[in-house]
Amino acid sequence: MAKDQLMDYQKALDAYEVVIGLEVHVELNTNTKMFCGCANVFGDEPNTNVCPNCLGFPGAMPAVNGKAIENSIKIGLALDCQIAATGRFARKNYFYPDLAKNFQTSQYDEPIAFEGTIDIEVPSGKVFTVAIERAHMEEDAGKLTHVGGSTGRIQGAEFSLVDFNRAGVPLVEIVTKPIYGAGDEAPELAAAYVRSIREIVKNLGVSDARMERGNVRCDANVSIRPKGQEKLGTRTETKNVNSLRSIERAVKYEIQRQAHLLSQGTAIIQETRHWHEDRGATSSGRPKSDADDYRYFPEPDLVPIQPSKEWIEQLRATLPEKPAIRRKRLQELWVFSDLEFRDVVNSDLLDEIDDTVKAGAKPQAARKWWTGELARIANSEDKDIAELSITPTQVAQIAALVESGKLTDRLAREVLTCVLAGEGNPEEIVAKRGLEVVSDDGALLAAIDQVLSEQPDVLEKIREGKLQAAGAVIGAVMKAMAGSADAARVRELVIQRANEL
Amino acid sequence: MSEITPELVRHLAALARIEVSEAEVAQFASQLALIVESVATVKAAVSDEIFATSHPIPMANVFREDVVKPSLTQAQALSGAADSESGRFKVSAILDED
Amino acid sequence: MSVLNKSAHELASMLVSKEISSVELTRAQLDNIDKLNPRLNSYLTVTHELALTQARQVDELRAKGEKLSALAGVPIAVKDNLTTIGIETTAGSKILQGWVPPYNATVVEKILSHRMPILGKTNLDEFAMGSSTENSAYGPSLNPWDLARTPGGSGGGSSSAVASMQAPLALGSDTGGSIRFPAAVTGTVGVKPTYGAVSRYGLIALGSSLDQIGPVTRNVLDAAMLHDVIAGHDDMDATSLAESLGSMTEAAKNDSVKGLKVGIIKELTGEGFQAGVSERFQEALELLVAAGAEIVEVSCPSFQYAIAAYYLIQPAEASSNLARFDSVRFGLRVMPEGAATVEKVMAATREAGFGAEVKRRIILGTYALSSGYYDAYYGSAQKVRTLIQADLAKAFEKADVLVSPTAPTTAFLLGEKQEDPLAMYLNDIATIPANLAGIPGMSLPVGLASEDNLPVGAQFLAPARQDARLYKVGAVLEKLLENKWSKSMLDFAPKLEVN
Repeated sequence: MAKDQLMDYQKALDAYEVVIGLEVHVELNTNTKMFCGCANVFGDEPNTNVCPNCLGFPGAMPAVNGKAIENSIKIGLALDCQIAATGRFARKNYFYPDLAKNFQTSQYDEPIAFEGTIDIEVPSGKVFTVAIERAHMEEDAGKLTHVGGSTGRIQGAEFSLVDFNRAGVPLVEIVTKPIYGAGDEAPELAAAYVRSIREIVKNLGVSDARMERGNVRCDANVSIRPKGQEKLGTRTETKNVNSLRSIERAVKYEIQRQAHLLSQGTAIIQETRHWHEDRGATSSGRPKSDADDYRYFPEPDLVPIQPSKEWIEQLRATLPEKPAIRRKRLQELWVFSDLEFRDVVNSDLLDEIDDTVKAGAKPQAARKWWTGELARIANSEDKDIAELSITPTQVAQIAALVESGKLTDRLAREVLTCVLAGEGNPEEIVAKRGLEVVSDDGALLAAIDQVLSEQPDVLEKIREGKLQAAGAVIGAVMKAMAGSADAARVRELVIQRANEL
Repeated sequence: MSEITPELVRHLAALARIEVSEAEVAQFASQLALIVESVATVKAAVSDEIFATSHPIPMANVFREDVVKPSLTQAQALSGAADSESGRFKVSAILDED
Repeated sequence: MSVLNKSAHELASMLVSKEISSVELTRAQLDNIDKLNPRLNSYLTVTHELALTQARQVDELRAKGEKLSALAGVPIAVKDNLTTIGIETTAGSKILQGWVPPYNATVVEKILSHRMPILGKTNLDEFAMGSSTENSAYGPSLNPWDLARTPGGSGGGSSSAVASMQAPLALGSDTGGSIRFPAAVTGTVGVKPTYGAVSRYGLIALGSSLDQIGPVTRNVLDAAMLHDVIAGHDDMDATSLAESLGSMTEAAKNDSVKGLKVGIIKELTGEGFQAGVSERFQEALELLVAAGAEIVEVSCPSFQYAIAAYYLIQPAEASSNLARFDSVRFGLRVMPEGAATVEKVMAATREAGFGAEVKRRIILGTYALSSGYYDAYYGSAQKVRTLIQADLAKAFEKADVLVSPTAPTTAFLLGEKQEDPLAMYLNDIATIPANLAGIPGMSLPVGLASEDNLPVGAQFLAPARQDARLYKVGAVLEKLLENKWSKSMLDFAPKLEVN
C-alpha cells in the first residue's frame, strides 16, 4: 500500500481551516437485544444468542425492548436534546453478509432525540460547545471473521464466517453537527468529546462503555478548506476508531493527509477510510457511490414511539449530574490544583479516582496511585489502564495500609504488583507474604546503633542539633532493614538514640 | 419518454442484488415502463398537506420487557444454512471493505 | 353424505358426540388428498403421519374426558407461507425449497394448541405475489369447478383444497385479496380480518403493512370459529391489536338484518364487471332487502387510485422483506460462474431462486423507494391510503357494512393473464382498498354466473375492529341463499373425475 504523504501539522493549520464531525455508536447494556429476547452478552459461543428475528429468518418480526427506548431517551436528555414527540423506526436497506435481514432497523427522519449540546474541555483548558444533531436508535450487525490470506483482514481472505450473536444489540448513534474553529485542537477536541460521551453513558448506567470491547465506537468525519474559503471541503469518514488516543491520531493524520493533497492540487475523494492502529495511518475504503441509496422507509412491522411528557420528566429526574458540573464539584471536593485535575481528566482516570476516594482513600493518595504507579504499569504493558485487573477498592485498601504505617511506599508497590498478578486482596497478600512494616523497635534500634557506631562524626553532628545529618543514617538503616521500616519512625529513633548514646 | 431505461433497470437490479441477463433487462424495462406509467397516477392524487399513512391502524408505544427469552440452539440456527464452519455461517470472500 | 362434505362445525359436533374419531376423519381427508391432489396441486406438502399423530392424540384426550376446544380434532390445511416446525415451508418459491423452519407461526401454534391436525401446506403464488397461483415455482393449482381455470391467488392452494373437499378448513393470507379472491372464484368463504387482529408472526412477509392472515372455509360459521381460534394479541407482533374484538362465532349465529344499512360502493359496480357477476350480486342484495336491510349508495372516489397505490406500497415493502433471501443463513445457494464473491453468490442465487414476477416487483419496489423517487411514489401512495381511509370513514357514516362483487369476473383461464401483469393486477380492484385501509372484508359465494356457471362472490367490508358485522350479515345472507337454492354452494360443484 502506497504511503500517504503528510503535510507538517503546523503548516497545515496555517493554511487550512479544519471542520470535524463525530458519530459515536454506544452499545446499550440492556439484558436483551433491541428487537428480540435474546441475551445481550459479549463473548459467548457463536450463534447461540440468536433467534429467528436476529437471524432474519422468514416470517420473524421485531419486538421493541422498552428498556432500550428508556435508555436512549436518557442519553438524549443527558445531551440536552429535545425528545421527539413521535419517533419512528425505519429500514436502512443494503446488502451485507453480517446484516441478517439485509436491512438495518434504524431511525431516519424521526430520531428519538435531536438538537442537543455538550460542553467539552480540551487539555489546554479551553471549552468548546459541541452541537448535537441527533441521537438515534439502531441495531448492531453480526460479526465477520475473515479466514485465509495472510493478514486475517478482509483483503485476500478466502472466505468469511458470520456470528450473529451481536446482531440486534441495541445501539444509540450520537451525531454532532459540524464542529468549526477547533484549529490545532481539533484532534484533542475529538478525543475529549468521545471521552465525555463515554463518561455520560457510563454514569447513566446505560452502557458498559468499554471501548476495547466496542461498546463505544467512533467514526470521525474530517474536512479542511483553505482559510477564508466559504465552501466546505470534501469530507472523509474514518471508521471504527476505537480508542481515545487513536481518535486524536486519526483526526490529526487526516488533516495532514488532506492538506498535502490539496496543496498538490489533488481533490479529496469523499470516501470511507479505515484507521490502522499499527501503522498510525488511515487507508482508503470504498468511495461513496450509488450503492449508498439506502431506500429508507418507515419500518412497517413497528409502531411509532410517542413518549409522554410525564415519562420524559420522570427520566430527566433520574439523570446524574453533567460531566462539567461533576468535574467542578470533584475538583473542589478533592482540592486538586488545575494542573493535577486536568492531568486526571486527560488520563481518563476521573471515575477510577472517584471510586477510590469513595472506597475510603484520600484524594491525593488515590490520584498518586492511579496517575503514577498504575499508569506507569499500564504504559509499560501497553494496556489501557482500565484493563488492569485491580479495582478502585483494592487501590483504596493499599492506600489505607500506607496511611496507617503498615506498608512503606516500596512495600505497597510490591503488594500492588501482587494484586495485579491476581494473588488476592491487599490484606491477604500482606499477610501471606509477610510484607508488613517492621514495627518492632528492638530490631530497628539494633540497626540504628550499629550504623551510628560506624559513623561517629555523624553522631556528633546530630548531637549538636544538625538534624539534617540524620539523613545519611536513616538511609543506611532503611537499607539494612531492606526497606521494611517506616522512615518517619526511623528518623525519630535515630535522633532519640543519638542523644542517648 | 419513459423514465424506465435499461440502465435504470440494471442499476435497480444491482441495488436489489439480482443478476439480470440482457434479455431480462429489456423485458423488465418495457413491463416496468407500463406499470410505472399506471402507478404514477398517485402523484396527481395527493398534495403536500395530506398525511402519509404507514400503519393502517394507528398505534404507538408497543414495547416488551427487557427479559431474556430462550434462543435457538447453534444447531437450529445453522440448520438451514448452505454452508457453515466452527459454529458460524460460511460465505465466499467479500469484495469491498466496509 | 360423505364425511368429507361436512362442514367444520358439523364435524366438530360429530367428534364431540363420538360419531366419528379424529383419526377416521383425518384419514378420510388424507385419502381424498391422495386422490385429488396429484391432479389439483392444492398441496405442496401433505403431512400424513403428523396429521394422524395429532388426530390420535386428540382422540385419546377426548376418550379421557378432557375439555377440548370447539374445533379440536378437525383437520386443517395451512398456506405454505406460514412457518411450521419440522415441515418444509417454501412460500411457493424455489429459493426456499427444502427449508424446514425451527419455529412455528403464531397462528400455527394456535391451531396446534386447539388440537387441529395439520393436513399439509397449500400452494400459492411465489411469496403470495399473484392472483392465480401461476407464479408458484411448483406449478399452478387448479380450480375444481373447471380444471382449466385458476382457483384464484395467491391462496389458490387453500381455496382449491377447501372447495374440493381436501380440507374442511384452511388458513390463508391476504395482502391485496389473496384470501377473498380465491374464495370468490371457488365458491368458498374467505375472510381478511382487521389489520392486527391476527398475529403475523411467522407469516413470510409480502407487504408488511397490508398482510393479514384469515380463514378459508365452506361456510360463514366455520370461518367464524376458525377466526376465533387464530385471533388475539401476540407480543411477537408489535402491530397486533391489544384488545379482543369479541366472538365471531356468536356473531355468526345472528339471524336478522332488519334495519342493517348496506352501502353499495358506486365505484365498484357496473362497468368493468362481468354481467353474470353483477346479476348474482344484485340478486343477493334483493334478498337482503327482502329480509329488512336497507340499501344505500356510497361513493369512494379515491378507490380509483387504490391499485396504483397498492402496486407501489406492496412491491416497496416486498423488496425489503425479500432482501433476506441471500443464501447465507437459509435457503438456496447458487454459485456463479467464475470467481465467487459473496456479492456474486447473492446475486446469482436471487436470479435463479426468484421467479419473474417476484423479480419484477422487487425491482419496481426498489425503484419506488429509491433516492429521488420516494416522495413521488412511495410517499404519494401512503397519502392515497389516507384518502381511502377518509372515503371509507365517510361511507361508514351512512352504512353499517359496504358491499361489492369480490372480483370483476369469475375464474379466468390459466394462462389468460400470465403475459400481462397489468391485467392481472386489475383483478384486485375491489379487494385492495380493505388492505390499504386495514379494514376487515369477507367474500361470500352468491351463486353461479349464468354465462359460465362459475361461482360469484360478494364482498362485505366493515369498519376497522368491526369484524363481527361481517359475520352477522354473512350468516344471514348465506342462509337466505341456501334456502333459495335448497342446498349449499359447493353442492353445485361438478363431480371431479380423476383417475
